[in-house]
Amino acid sequence: MSEPQNIKSHAGMQPISWRRRIIDHFMTGLAVLTVILVLVPLVAIFGYLVYRGMGSINWAFLTQTPRPVGEPGGGMANAIVGSGLILAIASLMGVPFGVGAGIYLAEFGRNRFGDSIRFTADVLNGVPSIVIGIVAYSIVVLQQRHFSALAGSVALAIMMVPTITRTTEEMLLLVPQALREAAYGLGIPRWRTALSITLRTATSGVITGIMLAFARVAGETAPLLFTTLGNQFWNLRVDQPTAALPLQIYTYGLSPYDDWHRQAWAGAFVLIILIVTAVAAVRFAVRHGTFGSA
Amino acid sequence: MLLTSRHEIGDPIFKLVVLVCALAILGLLGLIVYELVFRSALSWHAFGFRFFAGSEWDPVGEHFGALPFIYGTLVSSLLALLIAVPLAIGVAVFTTEMCPGRLRGPLSFFTELLAAIPSVIYGLWAIFVLLPILRSYLQPFLAKTLGWTGLFEGPPYGIGMLAAGIILAIMIIPIISSITREVLAVVPQHQREGVLALGATRWEMIRMGVLRNARAGIMGGIILGLGRALGETMAVTMVIGNRPEIAKSLFAPGYTMASVLANEFSEATGDIYLSALVEIGLALFLVTIVVNALAQFLVWTVTRGEPARGHV
Repeated sequence: MSEPQNIKSHAGMQPISWRRRIIDHFMTGLAVLTVILVLVPLVAIFGYLVYRGMGSINWAFLTQTPRPVGEPGGGMANAIVGSGLILAIASLMGVPFGVGAGIYLAEFGRNRFGDSIRFTADVLNGVPSIVIGIVAYSIVVLQQRHFSALAGSVALAIMMVPTITRTTEEMLLLVPQALREAAYGLGIPRWRTALSITLRTATSGVITGIMLAFARVAGETAPLLFTTLGNQFWNLRVDQPTAALPLQIYTYGLSPYDDWHRQAWAGAFVLIILIVTAVAAVRFAVRHGTFGSA
Repeated sequence: MLLTSRHEIGDPIFKLVVLVCALAILGLLGLIVYELVFRSALSWHAFGFRFFAGSEWDPVGEHFGALPFIYGTLVSSLLALLIAVPLAIGVAVFTTEMCPGRLRGPLSFFTELLAAIPSVIYGLWAIFVLLPILRSYLQPFLAKTLGWTGLFEGPPYGIGMLAAGIILAIMIIPIISSITREVLAVVPQHQREGVLALGATRWEMIRMGVLRNARAGIMGGIILGLGRALGETMAVTMVIGNRPEIAKSLFAPGYTMASVLANEFSEATGDIYLSALVEIGLALFLVTIVVNALAQFLVWTVTRGEPARGHV
């Protein structure tokens, strides 16, 4: 390497050569350029989304069901409610397992078995959502013999578990060990300590993880394509095909009708508001919550 | 006494319950593997390895070859990496090493937001904004300047491999850049100070003191981005053109493994058709598992502070 010689030649108070100085400025400029290149599409996506979404959303969109193909008007009320239903069931299934596994890793998982669970969770996190959809299809749809909201919920729940597990563990480990010891010292059993002391102290952090997982699956479309399938009408039965907002955005976006394009943008706007609210709430909670300052 | 007996029952039960939750994670992975293998057996027995070498996809005649999909997945993902990696590393270096402190928060918030946008919205944006731009500006320009390479030939429809690569790049930049940022942040401060004290400029400090130390972790971030790109479905399906052909030109429409699942799975009639689709899913799963495990391993080695130090 040529470093020692560089050092020698600059051992005195000589100024840095113009070549190195230009390279330095050039590289700084390049880094600024990359930031601009990354921010432009972001601003473009958000700007266009808000512009089209604000212009497209109306009362009918929020309160009516879709009109027949090609007929303007109507809305996505059933899809909004359907998404809520699918996500609620997914959370009911996914959250307990995720939090439970997180507790296991934090309280009992300081060993190789725990490491293997951690690694599996991280790997599971990277499984493409469409593949999870196939699995939900074969364990729910093929058994029930028809598409259903439940199948979609199963797919989303599988996706939520690893995220919630990892964040729950992280948050529980931040709780000072002294708190646990104090509880043990009072003769409180371990299960009670874990639930009423540790988990309770870390509540806002754990909720953060749940919200992040929620935000992540809320916009998922791929695993719903062949599980919940979509529906033009109202449906609140979990064993029937159900409309979901992301699915509706997809179908309407690819359709050749201007009014459906408009509704696709309105749907995207509603969806993004849901997600950004969740993410922003999480950031706020992390920064100002009891836990962030602890 | 009562208290002790409750200990004895409560603790084992509690441990069992949370253990079951933890085991559920292993179980989920097992379930995924089992279902994919079980449901694709038919196709595997019928076509064997020819499945991955054949380029004919004919659901009516029940001939299935997955090569065009594998090709499309690989090319679109590599194209995305080619575009995303320099940009993502640039942004990470800027936010950790150059940017004024008060810009850092908003900047990382924005990149996080980019990661929170659902795939289907990227696709929607690509259809209505990216494709027209490609059609009327970028593609004619590329055809004129680089048309002789053969990579940018044919009618500029907008839709095609290039559009898929660009939208994928936009989607994976946040992942790569946030992991790179994390990895750069664990490079010890004294490395930077040491290199600066030897009279290095800021760029030389970043190159020798920071990037060189963090390269394994950055590699991990890049591979993680690759894993995401390989499995990405909706946005790609909406812009790639969905035609199972292998073409040299990036303007030509293509098809990816994830896209064919999205388009054909719910309409697959016949056991062998469904089985062939599940086999594509299995292949996609295996590839992403390997890619993600590799990435996870690389990131772990750096953030846990084991190797990758010492050789400056």
